[in-house]
Amino acid sequence: MSKFIQTNGRHRTIEGWPLVFTVLTVICVLVGGTVEFLPLVLMEGNIPVISSVTPYTPLELAGRDLYIREGCVNCHSQMIRPFRDELERYGDYSKPGESVYDRPFLWGSKRTGPDLARVGGKYPDLWHVRHMEDPRSTSPNSIMPPYDWLLSKTLKLNDLPAKMRGLKSLGTPYSTADIDGSVEDANAQAENLARNIAANGGPEDLADKEIVAVVAYLQRLGTDLTKLTN
Amino acid sequence: MMIVRFDDQIVRYFVIATAIWGFVGMLVGALIALQLPFWQANLGEYLSFGRLRPLHTNAVIFAFAGNAIFGAIYYSTQRLTKARMFSDLMSRFHFWGWQFIIVSAAITLPLGLTTGKEYAELEWPIDVLIAVVWVVFAVNFFLTLKIRREKHMYVALWFYIATIVTVAVLHIGNSLALPVGLFKSYPLFAGVQDAFVQWWYGHNAVAFFLTTPFLGLMYYFLPKAAERPVFSYRLSIVHFWSIVFLYIWAGPHHLAYTAVPEWAVTLGMVFSIMLWMPSWGGMINGLFTLRGAWHKLRDSVVLKMYVIGITFYGMSTFEGPLLSVKTVNALSHYTDWTVGHAHAGALGWNGFMIFGMIYWLLPRLWNTKLWSERMANAHFWVGTIGMLLYVMALYSAGVTQGLMWRAFDDAGHLVYPDFMETVIQIVPMYWVRLVGGLLYLTGMIMLGINMIMTIRTAKEKPSDAAISVAA
Repeated sequence: MSKFIQTNGRHRTIEGWPLVFTVLTVICVLVGGTVEFLPLVLMEGNIPVISSVTPYTPLELAGRDLYIREGCVNCHSQMIRPFRDELERYGDYSKPGESVYDRPFLWGSKRTGPDLARVGGKYPDLWHVRHMEDPRSTSPNSIMPPYDWLLSKTLKLNDLPAKMRGLKSLGTPYSTADIDGSVEDANAQAENLARNIAANGGPEDLADKEIVAVVAYLQRLGTDLTKLTN
Repeated sequence: MMIVRFDDQIVRYFVIATAIWGFVGMLVGALIALQLPFWQANLGEYLSFGRLRPLHTNAVIFAFAGNAIFGAIYYSTQRLTKARMFSDLMSRFHFWGWQFIIVSAAITLPLGLTTGKEYAELEWPIDVLIAVVWVVFAVNFFLTLKIRREKHMYVALWFYIATIVTVAVLHIGNSLALPVGLFKSYPLFAGVQDAFVQWWYGHNAVAFFLTTPFLGLMYYFLPKAAERPVFSYRLSIVHFWSIVFLYIWAGPHHLAYTAVPEWAVTLGMVFSIMLWMPSWGGMINGLFTLRGAWHKLRDSVVLKMYVIGITFYGMSTFEGPLLSVKTVNALSHYTDWTVGHAHAGALGWNGFMIFGMIYWLLPRLWNTKLWSERMANAHFWVGTIGMLLYVMALYSAGVTQGLMWRAFDDAGHLVYPDFMETVIQIVPMYWVRLVGGLLYLTGMIMLGINMIMTIRTAKEKPSDAAISVAA
């Protein structure tokens, strides 16, 4: 070792060979990532399959992309850790198999607001609408920004087939029928949701607004595990 | 004998860009710091917290720190190789390409065009552009090494090599995605695997964008400013290779107790703890370079800034391994402690190393004296106090909230079942953090004024340095 690092030792020699030096550096940086990543891809036991976990519906997918657009992940995690307080506060801890269709993953790194991994079904649809329009109306003292534009902006669904085709090619099991009927399916789910919101005294005609997609996505979150028992 | 003239103009470009984007990035930082305790500062769709936070992080990391390390690399590489950069054209393509990328980020992020992956939010067309510009930068750099007139590469160059190749690997690896529209793509990996790749990237962006190039910068500019040789050649060898090898493994510590397999997180934690020593190797090599020269701190604002910078490098690289320990992470994760830690590194280490370099370069690049030493000294104090206020506020907020989340009463119920209670508790700390951030921004403005006045009061047109070498 001392021969290697002493002044005019062997290290001095490779300091005169930029190419060798660079190759050695690349090898050093590739080892760690490779050793850690390969088992995650190759060994199925690392991500046990949960059969009740299914891909997002077209409307939920649209809502998820709006969730990404608004940067919700900056303040809300979707990853419940296996601690007593988190189970108490948020519900069952998050399983690896629950996010197999999440591209990208949205686990987050900061809880400026509460975790949302199991927010689905926790509040009525109308609560979410009011909360997005004015967070303080449902949660006094909240520091969350209002997202009132979600109630007025028209929901864009025409890119759904392209998005679902892309996801299908990456491995999400959407059928051709799913993709062909995606816009229709999304509209139907949106109208259903909007009817429910209006029936409960909420705003009328939200069926073609972005908010319904976001609500559909939020109401889906974390519900796959209990789907069978419902 | 022949004369080799360095390309110092490109360094002037990068230094000016550093100051401009530093100001912009920190201004956005101050705005989002205000938005947390004062939601009314969310100014509609395009200027709400969720869209501006990635703009802030991208601006300070890739625009402020990015332009600074490019400036440092172009300045020092030419001198260490005794050669002009291989291609002026490539240097200019690098500069303007990078500025174009930054402007694209500043437009697309407020529009909500984002991948949603932390520190890698830019969508695929911009990612492609980043890869192209980076490759041109790499080719220019390595061809300059090829035409060097100095046989051995000095330690700063080792760190630049590590930076250039690893950032390329990380950027490409984490950006593997399938485009499904002009500004929309889905990543190749999903869920657990995507999380792993993201933090392999995220952690090593800290390592190879905010650490290794800055160590290279330190190894060149600190001995110059102190007029002392580096403390230990052997230590530089040992800590260089350890850092390059160990850092990559540490990524999964960002995912402790998540759905990522426990063995990966434990591995990440163990390597994070091992990283402590080589990191301190860098700190020791920096601080000990000042042996016998500490009296120079009295008169040199540059050295003062380096000492704060290197000291905070030591603090953050102690804190990093600490936070990677699972039991500590259980408390700190998801809280403002993480944000405080990031800023101890960013404001303390990166910021002050950049400021020190700029104050050292200004008179040399423009053949003049620094316009105001006093203002630079004031910057040092305002920046230091601001940074300390900032990190103290967030440490306090983070620990407080972490403890409140997990508090149980004697009957076995959560003491604070309403999340809101834990938010209200830390809002005052958000105000203190804003004050700290504004002080730091004030220092940045002082640097800007000093820079403008130094350039304006320079008597002659700036000329590029030249050396004579054997023909």
